[in-house]
Amino acid sequence: MNLWLTLAVNSIALGGLLFLLSSGFSLIFGLMRIPNLMHGSFFMLGAYLGVTLLARGYNFWVAALASTAALALIGGLIERLLLRRLGGDPLPQVLLTLGGAFIVADLCLMLWTGDPWQPGTPDHLRGVVEVAGLYFPLFRLVIVAVGLIVAIGLWLLVDWTRLGAKIRAGVDDAPIARVVGIKVSQLFTLVFALGAALAGFGGVMGAPYLSVYPGLDFEMLPLALIVVILGGTGSLLGALVGSFLIGFLYNFGQAMFPDLAYVILFLPMLVILVLRPQGLFGKVVS
Amino acid sequence: MTIKRRTVLAGMLASGASTVALRMPAVAQAAPFKIGLLTVKTGPLAQGGIQMEQGIAAFLKEKNNTLAGRKVELLVADTGGNPAGAKTKAQEVIERDKVNVILGPLAAFELLAITDYVRENATPLISLAAAEDVTQRKANPFVIRPSATSGQCSHVMGDYAAKELKLNRMATISDDFAFGHEQVSAFQRAFEDAGGKVVKKLWPPLVTPDYTPFIAQIGKVDGVFHGFAGSNPVKFMRSYADLGLKGKVSLLAGWTGMDDALLKSLGDEAVGVVSAAYYSATADTPSNHRFVAAMQKDYGVLPGGYAAGMYVAGQCVEAAIAALDAKADDRNALAEALHRVALTDTPRGAVKFDQYGNVIGEVFIRRCDKKDGQLVNTVIKTYQNVSQFWTYNEREFLGNPVYTRDYPPAKNLEN
Repeated sequence: MNLWLTLAVNSIALGGLLFLLSSGFSLIFGLMRIPNLMHGSFFMLGAYLGVTLLARGYNFWVAALASTAALALIGGLIERLLLRRLGGDPLPQVLLTLGGAFIVADLCLMLWTGDPWQPGTPDHLRGVVEVAGLYFPLFRLVIVAVGLIVAIGLWLLVDWTRLGAKIRAGVDDAPIARVVGIKVSQLFTLVFALGAALAGFGGVMGAPYLSVYPGLDFEMLPLALIVVILGGTGSLLGALVGSFLIGFLYNFGQAMFPDLAYVILFLPMLVILVLRPQGLFGKVVS
Repeated sequence: MTIKRRTVLAGMLASGASTVALRMPAVAQAAPFKIGLLTVKTGPLAQGGIQMEQGIAAFLKEKNNTLAGRKVELLVADTGGNPAGAKTKAQEVIERDKVNVILGPLAAFELLAITDYVRENATPLISLAAAEDVTQRKANPFVIRPSATSGQCSHVMGDYAAKELKLNRMATISDDFAFGHEQVSAFQRAFEDAGGKVVKKLWPPLVTPDYTPFIAQIGKVDGVFHGFAGSNPVKFMRSYADLGLKGKVSLLAGWTGMDDALLKSLGDEAVGVVSAAYYSATADTPSNHRFVAAMQKDYGVLPGGYAAGMYVAGQCVEAAIAALDAKADDRNALAEALHRVALTDTPRGAVKFDQYGNVIGEVFIRRCDKKDGQLVNTVIKTYQNVSQFWTYNEREFLGNPVYTRDYPPAKNLEN
């Protein structure tokens, strides 16, 4: 039946977008244990920057990479200049990132006004693909493909490179890692910058799909939280599976139980938290 | 440390001069008439809120901050778009700033939070927010509304959909909050009374990242009415087009869904959408030409209903001051005078008020077209003298409960 196929394909597309959003959050929150409430703001900021560049006539991928780079820089600065001083204490981190999120929201409002911005889908990604007799916008499939590429890239980076090994060592036991000569603080700045950059990249990819408007930041933040909690903190595989799970839950849940629209995403998270507090793929912290 | 004699002298002169300066206008002219604007400049509703401020600012600039010979001062307060913020800011402008009149707020739930408060403090309020009952079953003698109730435009849309567009089976989709409920219920009532059937009603939450699962449920209908507000129409209409419904199933909208100010955020997906609104930027009245030109010159934007609503509110204040002259500071007299205001030339056409303080005016049916690469809402039909009760008997209308998500009940729903 058409309805179910549409929903299935859309679930995968939403899952791809959610992964772009939450992979960065998984790095920052899962690996570094920083409850970064600015993650939605990074997403929104990336989207606004991307939309501005697109409006000036830049190529979509140029715009995406430029705002990714900008967000990496912003993220790195925030980690180095602000979060660094808090010594890993979660309460001040929550307050600081929440305050930062408000500041970013107001700055965006000043710079980009309250009008919603919706860039057209880039020309070479426009068009429809026929999936099993059903037409589907190409752009959403591109999001999925990009999400998967990022997933593989991150997996290779964290699990198979020397840099990844250093990061894991720094996360597991920072003092010992320092003793063996790993520059943990530099690594953490790098990871935070990477997380922010991924959020910014996700923002540009999501812009033609979601549009950009004030308040987008706090719409995306809970989604990132749900995905990471469901999938398990610190696990990229968890974030990947969690994203697609949420994509399916959201689409089928809204269609099958419209009266439960408000709880459809939070209910499974609650169940997981009760039955398996570390999340689906999370490690038990000893 | 030494104090130079000259410094002391200068200080004494300055303070003396300021006393004189303060006293002089008190003799020559009364204190300025204070207008407090409750608007939203932060958060998701900021787009409309910023337009509200621009609308009243454009009006006051045109009048050189003088209404009917009286100097006017505008105080702007940002409610943040929530009821608690609206209450705090209403207290601030009434008790600290002692404003003569309040313009705003933007959202229905904000208005509901302060309606009793302005009544207790006898401060007239000119609302943009649409909450029906404030000018109906719980009419407030201090409130007038020159914009529209939630249902005022969608009654017209429902009637037009059945009689002129000849649509039989329709689905509705709208944000799940008071403004959406009231709009859709009014649409459903007028549409079904004119012979149509609403077979599906969908209520996505106000915060919905992706409308696809809702659009997928629409099913076999001739048309869809959407009542989205804020930035949601932009997102909704893109998904609607992406899923291939555009061009196959007619799309109709309420005034917030296709507001002229929103056009620059929309693309080809909006072409062909028919909407009902109390204001059209293309309206051919002298004040509207001035207003649109001023908005484009000062802010580079096309005004929509939010900005126009505040411009008209300013005109109402001017008319009331003119009627009262020296008595304009009496807030009770001002509230009465505002109810009696009748204007022939406003950006939205002629305006007068019913005994409950709600506007009776024109409602435009518009179709979105693309001209020279720009989207415009072309007016295709104008309904004159539309009241909040549409064609229904006033007493009977008020005898029924206020419109809600489930009232009047939808009898033709299918699964």
